[in-house]
Parts: sequence; C-alpha cells; structure tokens
Amino acid sequence: MSAGVQRRWQGLLFVAPFLLLYFVILIYPLLKGAWLSLYRVDLFGGGTFVGLGNYVRLFADPVFWQSMANTLLVTLMIVPPLTVIALALALALNRATRGAAILRGVFFSSAVLSVTIVTLIWRFVLAPDAGLLGELWTTAGWTPLPFLSDESLVLPALAVTTIWWSVGFPMLLFLAGLQQIPHDMYEAAALDGAGRWTTFTKVTLPSLKRTTILVMMLQTAGQLQLFGQSQLLTAGGPSGASRTAVLFLFESAFGRWELGYASAAAEVLFLLIVAVTLTQYALTGRPGADDAR
Amino acid sequence: MPGLQLRGVAKSFRNTEVLAGVDLDVAPREFIAFLGPSGSGKSTLLRIIAGLEYADAGEVILDDRRIDGLSPGQRGVAMVFQHYALYPHMTVRENMAFGLRNARVPQDAVDRLIEDAARVLEIDPLLERKPAQLSGGQRQRVAIGRAIVKSPKLFLLDEPLSNLDAALRLRTRVELAQLRERVESAFIMVTHDQAEAMTLADRIVVFNDRRIQQVAAPMEIYARPANRFVAQFVGSPAMSIIPATLAEGGTLASVTLGDGTRIDTSVARDGLPKAQAVELGLRPEHVRVAPAGEADTQATVDLVERLGERSLVYARLQDGQQVTAEAEGNTAAKVGDTVGLRIDGGAAHLFGPDGTGYHRTGA
Repeated sequence: MSAGVQRRWQGLLFVAPFLLLYFVILIYPLLKGAWLSLYRVDLFGGGTFVGLGNYVRLFADPVFWQSMANTLLVTLMIVPPLTVIALALALALNRATRGAAILRGVFFSSAVLSVTIVTLIWRFVLAPDAGLLGELWTTAGWTPLPFLSDESLVLPALAVTTIWWSVGFPMLLFLAGLQQIPHDMYEAAALDGAGRWTTFTKVTLPSLKRTTILVMMLQTAGQLQLFGQSQLLTAGGPSGASRTAVLFLFESAFGRWELGYASAAAEVLFLLIVAVTLTQYALTGRPGADDAR
Repeated sequence: MPGLQLRGVAKSFRNTEVLAGVDLDVAPREFIAFLGPSGSGKSTLLRIIAGLEYADAGEVILDDRRIDGLSPGQRGVAMVFQHYALYPHMTVRENMAFGLRNARVPQDAVDRLIEDAARVLEIDPLLERKPAQLSGGQRQRVAIGRAIVKSPKLFLLDEPLSNLDAALRLRTRVELAQLRERVESAFIMVTHDQAEAMTLADRIVVFNDRRIQQVAAPMEIYARPANRFVAQFVGSPAMSIIPATLAEGGTLASVTLGDGTRIDTSVARDGLPKAQAVELGLRPEHVRVAPAGEADTQATVDLVERLGERSLVYARLQDGQQVTAEAEGNTAAKVGDTVGLRIDGGAAHLFGPDGTGYHRTGA
C-alpha cells in the first residue's frame, strides 16, 4: 500500500464517526422517506407499492391544501416581523453597558424554553375569559377577543407566540453581525456628514446583508416546519384553521397510521422548503460578493 | 486669522491624561506632521480636530470659526484613515460621492468632482469597482480621493502609509508631496515614521508624554532639537548622549568626558545653566573612526553595521559610555577592536540638567 493511499485511509478513519451518524440519522431517513412515499403502508407492517398514488391522493386532498396554505400564511406572518424585531433589538442592545447585557439575556431567555412551556404561557395570555389580553380588553371596556377559537385570529395568535419564542437567536446573529462592522466605517460616515438615518441605511444595513439573508433563510426553513405551537395551543383548530403542514403529516402518520401518505406530504414540504430557500438565496444575490474590505 | 488654531486642548480618558494643554497654529496650505511614539497623544489630537473625540478643555478654531462643538461632517475637514475605512458595499464612485450627497451637492457637480479627482489620482478606470477588488495601494488612493472631492480646508491623515509595503510607501510618499502642491488645503499627518515626517512636512510637531516637545521645520528639529527627547527621537541612528563636565571660562563651552577627553564645542558659554554636569550630544556623522594620529579618543567596537556607502560603528569609550560613529563603507574595524574616534566638537549639542538643548551659535 502506498503512503498516499494509507494517508487517505487514516484521514477517513478520523471522519468515520461523523459520516456514520450522518448516514444513519440523515441520509438514510431521507431516502427511506422518499421510498416510503411510494407505498401504501401502515405503522404495523408490510406495504404495497402504489407508485405515485399517494401523491395523486394528496393533491386532491383539501385538508392537505388547507394545511399548506396555513403554513405559508403563518410563515409570512412570522418571518418579516421577526427579522425586523430581532434587528431592532440588536441595534438597541448593541452597546457595552451592563443594562444592555442584562436585556440581551432577557430577550434571549425565551429561546431556551421548550415549546410546551411557551404554549402554556401564551394560553394564559390569549385565553379570552381569564387571559392577560382578555383582562386588558375587559378593562378597556371591549369584548375580549377569542384569539384561539376564531378562524381569522388563530394564525396571527400563533405567529405572535412564535415570534416571542424565536426572537432571541436571530437577535444574537444580528448582534454578531453588528460587531463585525469596523468602527472606523462609522467614523468615516460621520466625517462624510451622514446623519443617523443615512448611516443606518447606507452603512449599517448593507453591512448586515449577509446576516439578514441568513436569518430569513433559517427562519423560513424553520417556520415552514411549525408544529408544536399549533398542536399544543389549538390542536389545529378551529376547523383546521391552524393546522400546519407538519401537523397534517403528524396526524396522517400517527393518528390514521398512514405512513406512506404522510411521507408523501413530507416529501412535498421538503421540496417546498428547498425551493423557497434556494429562491431567497438567488434573489438576494451571492452573499459575500462585496464583503472583503 | 485663517488656518487652524488649537488653544489649551486637554483630554483625559478616565483618569489617564493623554493631552495636557496643547497650543498649536497651522497656517493655510501648511503641511504639518505629528511625530511621536505610541501613546504620546498625537492620534488623540488628530481625532479631536476631526471631531471623533471631544476635548475636555480648550478650543479648536479653523478659519476663524470655532469648530470644537461641531459634528465631524460640519467642520470642513476630511480624513484618510489608517485602514482606509472604505464602504465595502459601495463602488469607488459611490464611496467618493457619499460625502457630497450628504452635503446636498448637485449631481452634475458630484460627477465632475469625482471625475477630476479620479484623473488626478489615476483611479478613473477603477470607478465602478468595489473596494474588495482593489489592491492596497489603490484603496489608499480611493481613500485620498474620497477626501479630496470634499475640498476640505484641512486634510487629516492618520498614519496613511503604514499599511503599504516599503516600495509602495516610497512612491505614495512622493505622490502625497505632489498632491499637496495641487490642493488648497492644509495637511496634518500623524506618523511615527520620522522619514515620512522629515520628507513631507513643512513643520514637524514632536509629541511625547502628553505634550508638544517642539514645533519646527524638519532640518531645524534635526539641527537644533529643543530637548534630549527630540534629539534622540529624530535621527537614525539616534544621537549619542554622553555625560560631560563643563569647563570654566571661554566664550564657547568646552567639556570634559568621563575618559578625560576634552571637547571644544561651538555652544555659547553664557547661555548655559550654572550646573557643571551637562550632557554632550553627538550625531553619528560627527564622530568618525580615524587613525591614531588624528583621533581625539579611543573606543572599543561593539558592533559594525555595513550600509554600503558608509558603516555605522557602535562602540564604547574607555569609561564605558556608548557612542555611535561613522566609518568608511569598507572599514577594517571589527567587533572587539580598539579604534580611534575623531569628534567634531563644533557640531556637538549640549543638554542641561533639565534636558533642554543648547546648540552651536549661528547655525
């Protein structure tokens, strides 16, 4: 065996543990899912090959389409405000004071809660009879709004809950991005007579372009898989108005035992997420093209 | 009074004083170099003039207008940053236009100013590029161009050449000298490189220990340093400083070194302080390695640096005092040799007990 080949084998040995895990918990399930989607199969055993049958059924299923529409809608309600709020928080807290450090911790703290706790908290806030918002509405002399049982209010309520829960990590990404901007750039802008707004739009925002793309891509991919909040807060109701795509495939797989059918839905969602993130990536240009100084 | 005036400018960071009451006048179109070691306060003073730091006390006046309360953009100054600080997402043209747009200069004037500056700096082919696509020297030019288009009354240059390699630094130094002939502004350049200061500046301001040590033309700084610090900081290699005893009498001062050598200087006797203990300052070019017959004293060689046209000989006198001398390029002197030194007493400097410099009369 030549030295070169031997070196390659030794290198492979070092990455083998990672590769093993990668194949077992990522690549294999991915392929298995695609394969499953071509079978009529239940949780307890053998299946029959149905080709694209599951997909044909899926595309004719109004419940599936409703869940897809809900998913896209709630993602649209979450991602833009979440990005803006995270950026605003990062701008406000990007200073070296003790107060800012404490507030950074406070705003990040919601991110460490589990979805169960988060939905529990928000149930207390949103419940019309005894919830915080209900009380506020009553105090103001209005009729409390049934946030979780009104078809047109349930998705916004879900979005607010999710924004509250997920704002911490994007805020951290923006803070890291802000700290990457060299200080002398702001000094140059000051000498160029730029006011606060001009400095923000012409220096800060363009410098955060990469971070913003990253945040939006991560959040879009994440929120298209929204599941826990919808299941725990409303169980998809009222009348499916908050059923998301993942909740739909969860119900298909573990409620009606239709694994093949659920896999087909999962494949469609997977392709949608890939398409959306690739489109975002393409639309916003190649990140890093004008980064180096 | 036109030009820049600093009156009693003082600055502390927390409890550390970095500038103690600085006064300075800069004439219109004058090129001033702030020279000094790190931490001497020179960069802080530049940033106070720019408005990037605020002084605790004192006034900054530019063309009869007090500017120390104004924001940087309103002061009529432009700055070239050490690391250029170009906006990475803007093209060269946009970088240069940014300040003009903020000042609401009409678009056709913006275009004309940029084209003119780009032609002068020979960056016109680069106008549509972004900083990442430029070399270090090109970025430097863009940074200068961004300053020029604003037609400032005062250019502030913060170590402008320190990021360039040696060859480019020499070329840019020449170009800076040509540039200042073409523009109607005054220049202040911060540097720790005395060659830059000597070659570019009309006057050098030497900083040390929070204070201005001396303000004078380059050759004046070299020939008549105000004190021991300036004498040793300017000039390469540094001036040798040797303790000496002042002899009585005479119109010109004579001193005796520790090894007994008597040196007759051209420094007027009656200007000197009363003290007997003084220090003799000798630049290397005024101490020559000489054959025994012509030598004033003897020294042991510590190190020989051959520079080609001449050699530098670092040596110790009989009493251990270090002295730097010059010799021929092909000198035979080598480490451990004892050589004769011929000292040009007429060119020597004397320093009083408080460090004040005294120099030959009439020169």
